Amino acid sequence: MGRTDIGPPDYKDMLPPVIKKNYGKWKFHETIRPGVLRHVSESGDELYTVRAGSPRLLSIDFVRDICDVADKYCDGYLRFTSRYNIEFMTDKKANVDALIEELKRLGLPVGGTGNAISNIVHTQGWIHCHSAATDASGLVKAIMDELYDYFTSMKLPAYVRIAVACCINMCGAVHCSDLAIVGVHRKPPKVDHEKVLAQCEIPTIIQSCPTGAIRRHPDPNVKSVVVREDLCMYCANCFTVCPAMPLADPEGDGVAIYAGGKVSNARKPPMFSRMVVPYLPNNPPRWPEVVDIIKKIVEVYASNAKKYERMGEWIERIGWEKFFKLTGIPFTEQHIDDFTHAVETYRTTTQFKW
Amino acid sequence: MSDETPLLDELEKGPWPSYVTQIKRAAKKKKAAKDLLGIQELSYKDRITHWKHGGIVGVTGYGSGVIGRYCDQPEKFPDAAQFHTMRINHPAGWFYNTKSLREICDTWEQYGSGLTNFHGSTGDIILLGTTTDNLQPCFDALTEKGFDLGGSGSALRTISGCVGQARCEWANFDTLNLVYDLTMEFQDEIHRPRWPYKFKIKASGCPNDCVAAIARADFTIIGTWRDSLRIDQAAIRNYVDNGFEIKTLIVDKCPSGALEWDDKSKELKLNAEDCVRCMHCINKMPKAIRPGVDTGATILVGGKAPIIKGAYLSWVLVPFIKVEPPYEEIKGLLRKIWDFWDENGRTRERLAELIERVGLKNFLKEIGVPPMPQMVYKPRANPYVYF
Repeated sequence: MGRTDIGPPDYKDMLPPVIKKNYGKWKFHETIRPGVLRHVSESGDELYTVRAGSPRLLSIDFVRDICDVADKYCDGYLRFTSRYNIEFMTDKKANVDALIEELKRLGLPVGGTGNAISNIVHTQGWIHCHSAATDASGLVKAIMDELYDYFTSMKLPAYVRIAVACCINMCGAVHCSDLAIVGVHRKPPKVDHEKVLAQCEIPTIIQSCPTGAIRRHPDPNVKSVVVREDLCMYCANCFTVCPAMPLADPEGDGVAIYAGGKVSNARKPPMFSRMVVPYLPNNPPRWPEVVDIIKKIVEVYASNAKKYERMGEWIERIGWEKFFKLTGIPFTEQHIDDFTHAVETYRTTTQFKW
Repeated sequence: MSDETPLLDELEKGPWPSYVTQIKRAAKKKKAAKDLLGIQELSYKDRITHWKHGGIVGVTGYGSGVIGRYCDQPEKFPDAAQFHTMRINHPAGWFYNTKSLREICDTWEQYGSGLTNFHGSTGDIILLGTTTDNLQPCFDALTEKGFDLGGSGSALRTISGCVGQARCEWANFDTLNLVYDLTMEFQDEIHRPRWPYKFKIKASGCPNDCVAAIARADFTIIGTWRDSLRIDQAAIRNYVDNGFEIKTLIVDKCPSGALEWDDKSKELKLNAEDCVRCMHCINKMPKAIRPGVDTGATILVGGKAPIIKGAYLSWVLVPFIKVEPPYEEIKGLLRKIWDFWDENGRTRERLAELIERVGLKNFLKEIGVPPMPQMVYKPRANPYVYF
């Protein structure tokens, strides 16, 4: 048996020499072109960063390719961002153009800086998850193909953060994104009574339901549960604690779209994304309905928001009623909240627009 | 199984780099990757996942770090019938030397599917797809190279933070050092799940919060400062002389009205007491405005995604704290919070849901933090008070 609890490698062994030397001494930075940052230190040293998009799911041979690039131009160091971009750092300005050429050869877009649409944070989807209501990687690929120019340019009023979660468990912070795409179920769990008996604890299943929709089976001889379907909102928490309660269904499943969230404290405090489309069908391989709506919202935002205004700030200024009007997205009964913090969203003023 | 994947092939078209191309590349060497391609194609056809629920697998002495995964069509896809994930704790800030990255690749070539995520949502390197038998030897090989597993299940999840002082002039404390120090201190909490549910710690060096700590971390550490912004008036004039509209783009957008532009003296005036340290002016004029020098962090608690009782943004717990090694104050606070949550939390109840259930007032009392007006937007409006 090997060693245990050694923890990750020390980050200090992973830093390029110019960063080690100027650690904590950076004075300012600028974005000299889309995807290229220049940091200047108190010492006068410069650091150039070239940021490239990646599909996140990487083969080891591809990882070796990017290692080759880093060995050639970056003293054998590289880093990843929290949005899966790959960053190549060099203290030599002359390396920047060569790096960009090399990345182009590998098929990687350079960008994702400033007022751009950076890479989409996402989950595993059908690649690896048992609770996925949609695929994540395919949605991301289809959307980024369409929004590619926004990655490689900086022409938006502010940056737009997009995230995909393949179910409402939402690994990652999709619920505070400018645009969030979330896999949803629309059918209650199909209880497999034999499997419940073999694999699950009935009190745990009952306790897991946030709306109290799950009861003991009325027949005391059946050691299982029943679901009051009118109370179920398909959160799948019961499925998480009990594999005998699957909700996945090709006709029921699809995606919902949320807009206007942010995590930064700049100007307005952080905000949640809000529902704009309650349901669109899963239409693989390219989810055209989803891609169309996302593109539409980005375009309406781009042509209406003021400079530096994030999507949520823009929507707050014009009002949600105006957002639905401008985008042409229908407002439905599903948009009105009826869960735990619902009343906070009901309007308590005579001020509104038409 | 036929080699054809007409649906997935559609995702090799278009300018954005394709994950399908990545799987196909791995499939040339690895049967597991080839079967993954088949499973994914089948999901695209059936519009449903083909992965079964969980399964307890792992390495000796650990309760977390491995996600068991089994395909629901093992006879059709025998080489991906077991397709477990290993979460590998990343080096703080996601910096790598290529030697380490290559070592991970070599190990994964030997023991796994050859497919990875750089990175998963929580921050780990994800090694995607191996068999139960390969878990232990793969783990042993990885620890030989200096890597260890991250957290999963009802444990402390892998701690992550922004790029920090390594490459950012706005980092108000050393995020990488804090992340590394806490990770080493709490190895047991990461590797042996024993709590009501998961617990996340994320650290951002400034209020821009590049790792989305406030939205998802039960314990959120966000860098800030107590003194005044540093303004270089000559650099400000340089922006203005180059046509930068300081009035509309900076002064009018200051959320607390703390800035004023004096057109006569060409000076940006700050009423430091009114500044709420939002970062907007700094973000837009990085050559002229910088955070103060009395730096530290605000600690907030309770951030989480919707499951179960709705999403929460983290709430202010400690308005200002110095963040310096050995970080004893932060560690002490974490241990008090864990004790209280462990004692009182219900199964699958995150910290925010517990605090909402017992009340912030009682939570503060239990962990010994005095109430401060910075913790709330406004005081209560109702008269129903416990004395």
